[in-house]
Amino acid sequence: MALAVQRLRYLGRRALQAVPIILAIVVCNFVLLNLAPGDAASVLAGEAGSATPEYMAELRQRFGLDQPFHVQLFHYLRNMLAFDLGYSFRHSRPVLDLVLDRLGPTLLLMGTAAVVAIVVGVLLGVLAALNLNGWRDTLISIFALVSYATPLFWIGLMMIVVFSIQLDLLPTSGMESVAAFYEGWERVVDIARHLVLPATTLSLFYLALYTRLMRASMLEQAGMDYVVTARAKGLTERRIVVRHILRNALLPIVTMAGVQVAGMLGGSVIVESVFGWPGLGLLAFESLFARDLNLLLGIFFLSSCLVVAVNLLVDLLYALLDPRIEVR
Amino acid sequence: MAEPTPILDIQGLSVALPSNADRKHAVGDLSLQLFPNEIVCVVGESGSGKSVMARAILGLLPVPRVRPVAGRILLEGEDLLAVPPARLRAIRGQRISMVFQEPMTALNPVMTIGDQIDEVVATHLPLPERERRQRILELFAAVKLPDPERIRHAYPHQLSGGQRQRAMIAMALVLGPPVLIADEPTTALDVTTQAQVLTLIKEMQGLRQTGVLFITHDFGVVAEIADRVAVMQRGRIVEQGPAADVLNRPQHPYTRALIGAVPKLEPPPRPAPSSKVPFLEVRGLDKAFRSGGGIFSRGRVVHAARNVSFQLRRGETLGLVGESGSGKSTVARCVIRLVDPDGGDILIGGEDIAHLGRRALRPWRQRIQMVFQDPFASLNPRRPVGRQIADGPMTHGVTAEAAMARARSLLELVGLEPKAADRYPHEFSGGQRQRIGIARALAMDPEILVADEPVSALDVSVQAQVLELLADIRRRFGLTMLFITHDLRVAAQVCDTIAVMRQGEIVESGPTAEIFARPSHPYTQTLLASVPGRAWTPPAFADAPVAAAV
Amino acid sequence: MIAFWHLFRRNRAAVFGLALLGLVLLLAAAGPLFYPESAFKLVDKPFQAPFGHWLLGTDMLGRDVLAGLVHGARTSLLIGLVATFVAATFGVVMGGLAGYYGGWIDDLLMRTTELFQTIPSFIFAIVLVAVLSPSIESVVIAIAVVSWPAMARLVRGEFMALRGREFVQASVAQGMSDAKIILVQILPNCLSPIIVTGSLMVATAILIESGLSFLGLGDPNVMSWGFMIGAGRGVLRSAWWLCAIPGLAILLTVLAINLVGEGLNDALNPRLRER
Repeated sequence: MALAVQRLRYLGRRALQAVPIILAIVVCNFVLLNLAPGDAASVLAGEAGSATPEYMAELRQRFGLDQPFHVQLFHYLRNMLAFDLGYSFRHSRPVLDLVLDRLGPTLLLMGTAAVVAIVVGVLLGVLAALNLNGWRDTLISIFALVSYATPLFWIGLMMIVVFSIQLDLLPTSGMESVAAFYEGWERVVDIARHLVLPATTLSLFYLALYTRLMRASMLEQAGMDYVVTARAKGLTERRIVVRHILRNALLPIVTMAGVQVAGMLGGSVIVESVFGWPGLGLLAFESLFARDLNLLLGIFFLSSCLVVAVNLLVDLLYALLDPRIEVR
Repeated sequence: MAEPTPILDIQGLSVALPSNADRKHAVGDLSLQLFPNEIVCVVGESGSGKSVMARAILGLLPVPRVRPVAGRILLEGEDLLAVPPARLRAIRGQRISMVFQEPMTALNPVMTIGDQIDEVVATHLPLPERERRQRILELFAAVKLPDPERIRHAYPHQLSGGQRQRAMIAMALVLGPPVLIADEPTTALDVTTQAQVLTLIKEMQGLRQTGVLFITHDFGVVAEIADRVAVMQRGRIVEQGPAADVLNRPQHPYTRALIGAVPKLEPPPRPAPSSKVPFLEVRGLDKAFRSGGGIFSRGRVVHAARNVSFQLRRGETLGLVGESGSGKSTVARCVIRLVDPDGGDILIGGEDIAHLGRRALRPWRQRIQMVFQDPFASLNPRRPVGRQIADGPMTHGVTAEAAMARARSLLELVGLEPKAADRYPHEFSGGQRQRIGIARALAMDPEILVADEPVSALDVSVQAQVLELLADIRRRFGLTMLFITHDLRVAAQVCDTIAVMRQGEIVESGPTAEIFARPSHPYTQTLLASVPGRAWTPPAFADAPVAAAV
Repeated sequence: MIAFWHLFRRNRAAVFGLALLGLVLLLAAAGPLFYPESAFKLVDKPFQAPFGHWLLGTDMLGRDVLAGLVHGARTSLLIGLVATFVAATFGVVMGGLAGYYGGWIDDLLMRTTELFQTIPSFIFAIVLVAVLSPSIESVVIAIAVVSWPAMARLVRGEFMALRGREFVQASVAQGMSDAKIILVQILPNCLSPIIVTGSLMVATAILIESGLSFLGLGDPNVMSWGFMIGAGRGVLRSAWWLCAIPGLAILLTVLAINLVGEGLNDALNPRLRER
């Protein structure tokens, strides 16, 4: 009970530490907005000419664009922190609604890819470390090296060529077959079929990363003194690996998984635009083409907030796994 | 009475090193017997192969790079080098167990102490969980761990160093093995904790009639604990016998050199100081370190120095003595102004340097120099040593040629060849590097030398030579010296006066001979009572064999 | 130097990587000799398959794919090297100052790099290029902006560790100036991790550049591998090789750099030599 309270307090304190980061991101957004060609109001209104003059005037007033810089920043901060991200004329909808709509598919894609990358990466890493310099190790290391060097979008396109065009096994794009009106279980299967290629593509790079990290981490831990102690206790090698090395070796993976959330969000822009997956990334790609900079900035802001939230969870998980982290 | 049979009998053991090592065998043709209810100390300097020997017994060597190539290791008649892996595992922990040097790294950081010990019992004995727990709690009480239930649920980092080593010992003894191998089990501990752990090992050994193979580099520890002694040099046992014989009447030249190099605990008589005027004076020095903390929390404050005051007359050596964390190194770094003191004065010849800015401090830098502890960290690995010695004078305006010429002559002064100036630090041994560090300090023509544990990282024979060198230059240059050490034996030989530090405060100070003879503060008394082998006076040798060159 | 080569040579994969990288560099350097004209020039009928009249065929507009590949190599390597140089220099300076002096500079740097770890760097790069409008310069700036924090963190850590080392303390006690301590005592001792990290940063920069130009954010006047793949995407069904070939080029180049980086790491890091 007391422990649960401690954990909650810890979570609260970490959440407080995230506040300056969120503020900094907003300021960063504001600077980018002002860097863009044209005055901020036209950027905020999206594509030039598509907004009504009344709306432009209202925008100027609301964001205090006729006032000094720091006042403008203050107005901007106030609006952003109330999650008032403006209006997209291209989509005729508030930016916040647009982004929230697309959040689900992105989370599904990223979650699947992350789970696949971590589980398979850890397994391959362990396998390679246990078979050090054997043929399995060599094979896994080569696979990881190549995957680590391959651009995501190219893997995606090549997978489409092989699995969709040549073998006709899996759909090329979208999240579900809209025309088919599947329901219930059938819809789940349909979405899963659509998910296979994008999730595989997105996970491949990270899978390679975790494989390499896990292999190195296993080897490092295997050389530690406590392993000699465990051996001197008369434990079997199997038990030493499972009970002692593995748990310690997993710790850097958890840290890395936290760090890589942001990277994965970036990767999802590419993967979603290759596979037409209707998530945040595809929205970013579309807004890029429509020159809807305000929408792009909104996505940027919210995806950063998402990273902050996921990092909080990862920190908490780490504190659970490593007793050396003081939760108090 | 029948001839007693050894419980562990090592016969002609050889352990091969990889082909690129500096010698072929880590251990060569080594034979040693361990009988029940005795403690055999294996003594040797670093690289003598004593740890390799210890690990070979339990099959813990990093094979195939380091592997036994000849001989037998018989445990109650069974050859451990020939048994199948499953049998060896059954022996480990149950018949032979081991305690390591550094309990922090030898314990799994993410597993509770209780679980780690329970694992040993569960692996070897089919006992129900309740009985295993009972056994562990009883053992915790036996090794005098406070609050056994709490310790059982604690993680290694939540215990003190001494508690961790007690837990390690409990883990090693939980199945009552007839043989215990202890590999430098007290080296990482402070002297007072070391004394307690040594007592504990001796006590547990007596209670259970265990045969203990105790690896150490410290003859003081040997004198404290050993029944028999084996001395190792470059993989071979050069001398073995009952402890009293080896310690007091060593036969082999190497043993004689080692024992001759052990500093005596009794301070030699020293001439009275020539003047009464203090040359270096520290008054009310304060320094606190804050760690952690931020906007939302205060963090921790450690008072490394609290109202520290002492005086040194010209040409005198003051020993600042204390255990780790006592603040002695912080005081040294404040005096040489590597650390800015929070308060207090540091007077050299009556002038205060405690609060001078960087620029104002520069002329003083020449007058006070430092020799550091770690011979591997104290030299820049990417710069020829001659340049490093010359850097200081050149900073103060000496020309490059003059500075390099002086560097060469200083290298000669500290016992190295002048042409060593062009070589890099990795080409030198630990003792040679320490000599280079001394030459670097001397290059500035200092009046005061601050030496921070200058010999504690060195083997005993090298230690004696470096101390000899320090004494020599001190005489020759009339240096005033602030000598930081945790080793009371060294302090007894080197220092005119001593100040004992604990938790940032000086608890007692005075002439060395007086403090050693009549310590008045309880902490000083404990400290002196904890020195291993204090009852043993290393014999003096007329032939005083000089150990191999550093 | 010779000793270094002996250590490097022990890693056969790294030697392979070096050879591969040499080939790409040669291609980029000698390219203008064989293809002096713009890679956008239409040379023949579109959609010719590879290994015909044109070694790697022609694309949907009738441009020579091999010419595009050669010019793309120049773009990729140029952007990768320049962006890395800018990012590494800035990162070393910032990290060095923060690690040596600590205090508020360090606090500022740590908060900044935390910020950069939080914001999705690829999306940040997209936004930057979109704001600055696509050109070689803005791509270089965007890549440099998102990659310097990693170097800064590394250098900060190294500097902090070395700052506390006894030989640096000895230099302080000798009265040596900060500038000399940084340049003579500390920097030479952390060059190896800087070199290794820098080489891996080039690989990452090339990947980011290809991603940006794939999304249409490259310089419209310069041929690049990412652009070729993006352009070939529409005809994936009928002429998949238009995507496959430039992608292979990226893969091999990045792989080569990674292998060399690892080789450097093994050779420069004596701790790992015994493994």
